[in-house]
Amino acid sequence: MPNTEYYNDRVVRQFLLAAAVWGIIGMSVGVYAAAELMWPALNFETSWLTFSRIRPDHTFGVIFAFGGSALMGTCYYVVQRTGHARLAFTRLAGFTFWGWQLVCVLAMTTMPLGLTQSKEYAEPEWFIDILIAVVWVSFGVVFFGSLARRRIKHIYVANWYYGAFIIAVGLLHIINNLVIPVSLTKSYSIYSGVVDAMVQWWYGHNAVAFFLTAGFLGMMYYFVPRQAQQPLWSYRFSIVNFWALISVYMWAGAHHLMYTALPDWVQSVGMAFSLVLLMPSLGSAANGLLTFNGSWHKLKTDPAAKFMVMSLVFYGAATFEGSMMAIKSVNSLSHYTDWTIAHVHSGSLGWVAMITIGSLYAMAPRALGRPEMHSRKSMELHFWLHIIGTLLYVGSMWTAGVTEALMWRATNPDGALTYGFLDSLIAIKPMYVIRWLGGVCILSGMWVMAWNLWHTAADARARLIKPIPVPIPEPVPHQVPAPLPAAG
Amino acid sequence: MAYKHFEAIEKHVGLLGVLIAIMVSLGGLAEITPLFMEAHSVKAPPGVKPYDPLRLIGKDVYVREGCYLCHSQMIRALRFETERYGHYSIAAESVYDRPFQWGSKRTGPDLARVGGKYSDDWQRMHLMNPRQVVPQSNMPAYPWLAHNKIDAADVQARMRALRRLGDPYSDAEIAGAPAAVEGKTELDALIAYLQGLGIRNEPASTAAANAAASDGGTP
Repeated sequence: MPNTEYYNDRVVRQFLLAAAVWGIIGMSVGVYAAAELMWPALNFETSWLTFSRIRPDHTFGVIFAFGGSALMGTCYYVVQRTGHARLAFTRLAGFTFWGWQLVCVLAMTTMPLGLTQSKEYAEPEWFIDILIAVVWVSFGVVFFGSLARRRIKHIYVANWYYGAFIIAVGLLHIINNLVIPVSLTKSYSIYSGVVDAMVQWWYGHNAVAFFLTAGFLGMMYYFVPRQAQQPLWSYRFSIVNFWALISVYMWAGAHHLMYTALPDWVQSVGMAFSLVLLMPSLGSAANGLLTFNGSWHKLKTDPAAKFMVMSLVFYGAATFEGSMMAIKSVNSLSHYTDWTIAHVHSGSLGWVAMITIGSLYAMAPRALGRPEMHSRKSMELHFWLHIIGTLLYVGSMWTAGVTEALMWRATNPDGALTYGFLDSLIAIKPMYVIRWLGGVCILSGMWVMAWNLWHTAADARARLIKPIPVPIPEPVPHQVPAPLPAAG
Repeated sequence: MAYKHFEAIEKHVGLLGVLIAIMVSLGGLAEITPLFMEAHSVKAPPGVKPYDPLRLIGKDVYVREGCYLCHSQMIRALRFETERYGHYSIAAESVYDRPFQWGSKRTGPDLARVGGKYSDDWQRMHLMNPRQVVPQSNMPAYPWLAHNKIDAADVQARMRALRRLGDPYSDAEIAGAPAAVEGKTELDALIAYLQGLGIRNEPASTAAANAAASDGGTP
């Protein structure tokens, strides 16, 4: 019987390209913002170039534009490969690509113009939020529709994480962004004060949990075993970690509001659950790392595997750090300082960016009809640029954060404060230069990746690649749902 | 749970999706619902009034420019914080902040009680070019605020939207709004907002405690 079903890799390639472009844009904004903190004259007295206007552009650009495109692209790739079925709703899948790009362009252009809700990581105004909700629901329909038509009975664990990511982010986005519009460009949140703070950090923390963790764990659970060419170290362990992770994370948001006017009991609950969270976080990191048992020699020859292993090390380290920072007495030191910035970037540059880059290097040749990436040497270069940049960034911000924290709380023997606020800023300025240099290294690495992808995509650009047929497995008796006919 | 029970979840996408949705909802429901109920039963304490028109626009400028990205408005209940910034912040002070402006990072100092600490002229020079008054500051200059005039009709629309959300603005206050912002720039509004922080939004009880503790350190 001739096989007439092919994987939908077109939308995967589109998201791959978008991820590379948004990665460079988002990180360029970050490098510029970092420079402005050191040299404030760089805003040239222009509103839309000012640090406080472009900082949301950096966070949206790297999290939702770069991370979001990479997540949606890999999600579509993985759900097809693990289910042995073509993506459902080809046109709707195309809409999710163009819709998401429109969201990103609108958000990235309106935020520097001052259209913002001022809720961190949820800054875009209400009309963009509605568009995000529409695209997100479509994404969910395509994903769950594809799962429904899978030919493999078991739903592979990577899809669980992608599924939780889609459901939770949809829920968080809608609840946090409930507003009353005043005009097209201005709205007021239905929540105020303490309630708004709790809703915002329930959202903000779980955007980290489900966008930056669950989604990327989905990526990890597919591409790490694939690249290590080993089965997952423990499938059952991954299931335990999954349920623990998605249920515990949602309780921990209050650790962003320690010692504030938030009721004490909520702070304590937030701290307790943040400590419990250590277990599923370290468990997932261990499961990924142990999957490399028997394949450690790949680290000598395969830069994609190197990115993946380092990402898991950073994941374990950053989540450990996060739980420690949620302890109230540690938080009294770390909160409001650059330590938070260090923590966020060890998570985002170390874990999120590296697992993404590793996965893109693993997926790109397969999606672009090539045996391997165009240049292995440039992958090596990218790895070292990225790791050096990350260490410079995180190291300098740790130093800055602890310096500030200790200066803010230092008192003389008579009980008076030792330092004025400005003293702490002057003390950490050299760290701001080092942080900026780290950012430059990372951005250079992204350009190297873009160059490499461009050449790897030579066949795709010339429209020479052939679609990949779906391997149709032998039907299993009593399979639910019933397998699709090959001509589907 | 034996693995064979678990297998059912693993093979049915609908069941999996429903269980995920339940598990992720629990934490939020447990933490947010009580706060939400409480917020709806408690009225704003005496002494705390909604923003007057000029300060409302000032607050919206504060939001638009992204000041919250470098300045917190939340003095934590810690000795070294109250020593530097004054009485710790309480929930009642931000009941009219939509959204809240507690912030998450202090590249600059906390502003919860900045009102009255500096003169209007100092604030004006500082916002036009911070390095005129604080040479080592890394704060950006915001000179465009001095050129932007306030749109009176827009102020009324904003007050009406807030009234729909429950903020007690009277018809007279909304009618008087255009006169209150007549000829003012966004810079004037922002300064009015800053000068009211920790003064105009303070409940009567905290004001008394604050006055008693005001022999604390200088910022």
